[in-house]
Amino acid sequence: MTTIDLNRIGAKGAIAEEAEGKWGMVIDRDVCTGCQACVAACAMENNIAYVGEEDAGYGRTMHWIRIERFWEGEYPEVKSTHQPMLCQQCGHAPCEPVCPVFATPHSMSEQINLQVYNRCIGTRYCANNCPYQVRSFNWRDYQDNRLRPEITILSNQFNPDVTVRRRGVMEKCSFCIQRIHKAEDKAKSEGREVEDGEFTTACAQACPANAITFGRLDNPESLVSQLAQNERGYKHLDELNTLPRVTYLKEG
Amino acid sequence: MSAVSKHYSGAEKAHAHHQEEEHDPREFLMYDPKPRGEMNDMVMESMMTTSWKFWAVIAVLVVLVASCFVYAWGYMIANGLGTAGVMRPSYWGVFLVNTVFWIGISHAGTFISAILRVFKAEFRRPFTRAAELMTTFGLIQAGASIFMHMGRVWLAYWMFPIPNERMLWPNFHSPLMWDLLAITTYVLGSTMYLFLPLIPDLAMARDRSTGWRKSFFKVLALGFRGTEGEWRHLQTAMNYFAFAIIPVMFSVHTIVSWDFAMAMRPGWSSSVFGPYFVLGALHSGMGAVAVVLVIMRATMKHMDYFIRKEHFDALGKLMLIVSFAYAYFFFNDYIVQWYGGDRATDNLLHWLEEGKMSWMFYQLILFNIIIPWLTLWSKKIRTTPWLLAIIGILINVGMYWERYLIVPVMLAVNRMPFTWRLYQPRIEIFLTVGTFALFLLFYMIASRLIPLIPVWEVQEGQMVHTLRKVGKTHVPTVSEFE
Ligand code: SF4
Repeated sequence: MTTIDLNRIGAKGAIAEEAEGKWGMVIDRDVCTGCQACVAACAMENNIAYVGEEDAGYGRTMHWIRIERFWEGEYPEVKSTHQPMLCQQCGHAPCEPVCPVFATPHSMSEQINLQVYNRCIGTRYCANNCPYQVRSFNWRDYQDNRLRPEITILSNQFNPDVTVRRRGVMEKCSFCIQRIHKAEDKAKSEGREVEDGEFTTACAQACPANAITFGRLDNPESLVSQLAQNERGYKHLDELNTLPRVTYLKEG
Repeated sequence: MSAVSKHYSGAEKAHAHHQEEEHDPREFLMYDPKPRGEMNDMVMESMMTTSWKFWAVIAVLVVLVASCFVYAWGYMIANGLGTAGVMRPSYWGVFLVNTVFWIGISHAGTFISAILRVFKAEFRRPFTRAAELMTTFGLIQAGASIFMHMGRVWLAYWMFPIPNERMLWPNFHSPLMWDLLAITTYVLGSTMYLFLPLIPDLAMARDRSTGWRKSFFKVLALGFRGTEGEWRHLQTAMNYFAFAIIPVMFSVHTIVSWDFAMAMRPGWSSSVFGPYFVLGALHSGMGAVAVVLVIMRATMKHMDYFIRKEHFDALGKLMLIVSFAYAYFFFNDYIVQWYGGDRATDNLLHWLEEGKMSWMFYQLILFNIIIPWLTLWSKKIRTTPWLLAIIGILINVGMYWERYLIVPVMLAVNRMPFTWRLYQPRIEIFLTVGTFALFLLFYMIASRLIPLIPVWEVQEGQMVHTLRKVGKTHVPTVSEFE
């Protein structure tokens, strides 16, 4: 009996293989202390705008990763839990089909969700359709130090590998794709595959508690795929079938 | 009081009652013909007479448009969407509310002139033009609101399938793409459909005007002289358009509803949204037509000849029926979502009922369902123009709240409780005022530039309807041309 590989012909609903993905992340909520080091590291690595006090107070912070803090129980028996939330790089990303100009396509080689900044026209439909609410929009020209002299120092240390986004453009976590590409290029020039642990994303690198692990999901030997098998693992909003590539480990 | 006078007043009452029962057929426009020339003059005169009040209103509107539309929008383009109130999680705000609202308003025009024309409802004859103008001008506001909401409007043409060297095409999976196509089709279609029945009236105006107006009408009338062949062609074209525009009208609002229905958001992904939005559009559109007619009748000369109680009566009945249908869809949507039992949706419904915005939710039920049901059943209220106008305005307020609830309020309560936050409009308020002012300005200018009453349609109707004298009473008859 021959079976037709639905994934190959690109049929909708062919999810068995896509579910695995290529790059993935595991976040251990048990050891996360909510210190926000990942948030800062991500902002530095990816040239994320500092929006200023007023806009931040209005809910316009632009972080690609945020720490959601929840309280459990009644006083005095309270416990706080932290949930780092970033783009889940969905296998079936709800943000992708709604963009009218294909500014948020799916990368076939990396199998993550891309954002093409200079194609974006700012309808913000993708952000509305992202159930994780992790996309951030450039409401103003936050990065222009002619308009905002107070960010001159910050703009002196932009990461040259990453675009500086201007106003009217949607952006989001890219799994530090510039680091992925660098590592892949290096491995290719040396004629080998990227090794597990050779590089990692900025947030994972900065986490003092090692709560974040990044790596190849399609390699069963890698640390990240081992951890993803952990019995504490769960996917966020699993019922929506977005096939997220980020696995959370719940508090033990 | 003596017995005699009691008896007398009783008799008078009975007499009055008798008169009310057997009304004079001449109170209907179709049975009250005037000579053609006189009627044409009346329409021309209503176009030409402008008092200082007209210019005063125009001046106010021009100031409003210049400050709230042109300046405010320019300011927003120059400084970014940060000047608006939108933020995470309410990425869409009043702009999208306005878009849906104006598209809704525009639906009444097509409904009245196309559907009622196809079904040969005679009462529509004198006010089709006014309703069609509403369609075109409403769509302009809807389009402007869509552009306002974009982060980089200057790149809006990327949504059009323009061939380019990188083979970058728009994404035809996106509901926004279908929106664009549907609205463009609707603007083009409805403008042509506005223009076709206008041609004979433009020719009439050309023959009765002098100076620059004559040249203006001469160009617009396309040399129409009223020969048999010209009429035949015009009728054929209007027939095609009347039938073609109906599915376009239904599809446009269905497609607009898919922006929401196709998204994965609590409160949005509801399969009943298509017909629900169309009904809502008709609801607000009918209300708006009523308001426009009342204002026209009150402010323009001779309009009380063309627009009469019978028209308000018929419109009131339509509004009542639409509000019945609207109520069905409203509760259907609500109950199905509630029964679905999704946790996030449950939260949202709870919040609508008890949260900070619950006043909107209850006003929506009050204005769109309860008030029309309580008032419009009575003929007396239906035929009192100012009351009908108030009901029309209330319905529109209610429909505006409905859209406000669907767009920013349903966005505020989502699946990530950490991000919940209620949206506050900022520059959007000015821009909303600006779109309303621009709509009114267009309307007022149009009322002085083109005949607002489709005279030839009224005359055609009056030729079909005649009164025959049988003994002492007049009997209305209708003859068929064809
Ligand atoms: S988490 Fe949101 S932004 Fe990331 S791929 Fe999924 S839907 Fe898109």
